[in-house]
Amino acid sequence: MSDFYLIYKNMTRKPLRLFLTCFSIFIAFLIFGTIITFKSALDAGVEMSADNRLVVFNRINFTVPLPESYFHKVAAVEGVRDVTHLNWFGGYYQEPANIISVMAVEPESYLDVYSDQLVPPEQREAWLRNRQGILVGQKLAEMYGWKIGDRVPISSNIFSHRDGGQTWDFVVEGIFHNADAQADTRMAVFHYKYFQETATFGGDTIGWLTLTTEDASLNEQVAKTIDAMFANSPYETDTSTEKAFSKAFIEQIGNIGLIIFGVVFMAFFTILVVVGNTMALAIRERTGEIAVLKTLGFSSPRIFRMVLSESLLIALLGGLSGLAMAYFLLEGIKSTMGQFLPNLIMDGKIVIQAVGYMLLLGIVTGLLPALNALRLNIVTAFNRG
Amino acid sequence: MPQDVLFQLKGVSKCFVKGKEKITIFEDLDLTINRGDFIAIMGPSGSGKTTLLNMLGGVDQPSAGEIWFDGARVDNLSEGALTRWRARNIGFIFQFYNLMPMLNAARNVELPLLLTKLSRAQRKKHVETALALVGLSDRAKHMPGEMSGGQQQRVAIARAIVSDPQLLLCDEPTGDLDRTTADEVLEMLQLLNREHGKTIVMVTHDPAAAKYAKQTLHLDKGKFVQRELVA
Repeated sequence: MSDFYLIYKNMTRKPLRLFLTCFSIFIAFLIFGTIITFKSALDAGVEMSADNRLVVFNRINFTVPLPESYFHKVAAVEGVRDVTHLNWFGGYYQEPANIISVMAVEPESYLDVYSDQLVPPEQREAWLRNRQGILVGQKLAEMYGWKIGDRVPISSNIFSHRDGGQTWDFVVEGIFHNADAQADTRMAVFHYKYFQETATFGGDTIGWLTLTTEDASLNEQVAKTIDAMFANSPYETDTSTEKAFSKAFIEQIGNIGLIIFGVVFMAFFTILVVVGNTMALAIRERTGEIAVLKTLGFSSPRIFRMVLSESLLIALLGGLSGLAMAYFLLEGIKSTMGQFLPNLIMDGKIVIQAVGYMLLLGIVTGLLPALNALRLNIVTAFNRG
Repeated sequence: MPQDVLFQLKGVSKCFVKGKEKITIFEDLDLTINRGDFIAIMGPSGSGKTTLLNMLGGVDQPSAGEIWFDGARVDNLSEGALTRWRARNIGFIFQFYNLMPMLNAARNVELPLLLTKLSRAQRKKHVETALALVGLSDRAKHMPGEMSGGQQQRVAIARAIVSDPQLLLCDEPTGDLDRTTADEVLEMLQLLNREHGKTIVMVTHDPAAAKYAKQTLHLDKGKFVQRELVA
């Protein structure tokens, strides 16, 4: 027998109470693990945007197109290094459920603006040469087993092909990977001209512009100049950094940060109160036994450690199970929604953060009962008993 | 201090304040306990029997006076030192046994040995010996709830003696038992005193229980009013 055995026996003496307490913590960390991983996946897009990259959208909203002429006008603005234009294609592969992020772009300028998307030189040349060529992200290619030279049909859920139907044929001419290994490469881009020639509509406008400035310090000035240039026109613009746009895009579905903070805080607070109350009650029930242990010669610090260890073990038991469940839940979500949230990964940072909160929960809920046990006066305890 | 003196209380007082009132339990109490003594302390409720036992066991401190054990003063020890001293020298037997309900008999008996440096095998051997001494070898795996009051008290006695303390302090050890079972427990205490040389101090209300002791001290209003040697 050891102190750990005593802790274990104390912990398991009321299995239903242990189960309910652990289950409360399980739920708290299931919520925590899931929501924080979601937030992290949503933030990943924001974090991976280059600091000197700006996006120019229609002021009404980003789904309303802009005239093609804006491309050249923006390129002439002082402080702009490179500019490209993109059109959302609304693509999917074989089944509408297999949604992929596909855009029609101006190819040369696209590669200049997105210089972090690395393409082998020969593939770059091949793609630039072939109007029907498509440049595919490494993760997307791996997902569907696409190789250079493969002919792949990609359909659009927005546009129709002039030849009928909604499917376009492409040739995989290049596979790019990102300089940042964590970046999402589940996407593909193809020539705007091919889109312009084959789509029944939408070929006379562009979706939005993305540009890089000479230096991030010029961002504000460049954005103001662009928006001022098109003010009072039928197509007013709204220019912001790519990061700010990504953030605003995410926040369109609500203030994620606030929601997450609110939910996690409320769940934690509730669990804290429930577990704290349960622990206090459990220790109070054992006042007589603690007094006996002290009488037998168990020191106060040793009893303090035993009580605190018990609450830490309960927190870890419930918390780690909850986190494990969150992991499997996220894996399940990822297998069906991976293309929307490719970074839906519970990484080491989240696990460490969660374990930190588990330890904090264990300490906070166990501290008061442990202190009471530490300070317990044997005579008073026996008189009370 | 003569060789056979184990415990000595010198001018011990104990008082506490309740509201505005100062309540004195003892005043200037002297007591000498020799090695091998079996003393029963009797007295009416509130006479301070249990408080005296608590002070002998180092779980309560005197307001004044000195307590000496085996030639060393113990009333001025720190809480930690007193706890270690208690673990080494004192075995406790309570009225309501106070066994840990989630541990079986053997584990309950083993508890005080967790405070020693004995190996697992040594602890097991000590536990077996203590349980054999109280006649409960066959109940080692039984939980307290599965045993009678008398058996539980015998487990508590095994727990008290397993670390071979010099002094056993018993607080109404038969108070919760029927006459026959009480006699069995008292015979066991007598055996431990006679055959194993344990010094025993027992607080009791029961004159029949006191007869098992070698001497009885009557405590009333904080004073020993009578000392009776049992034949």
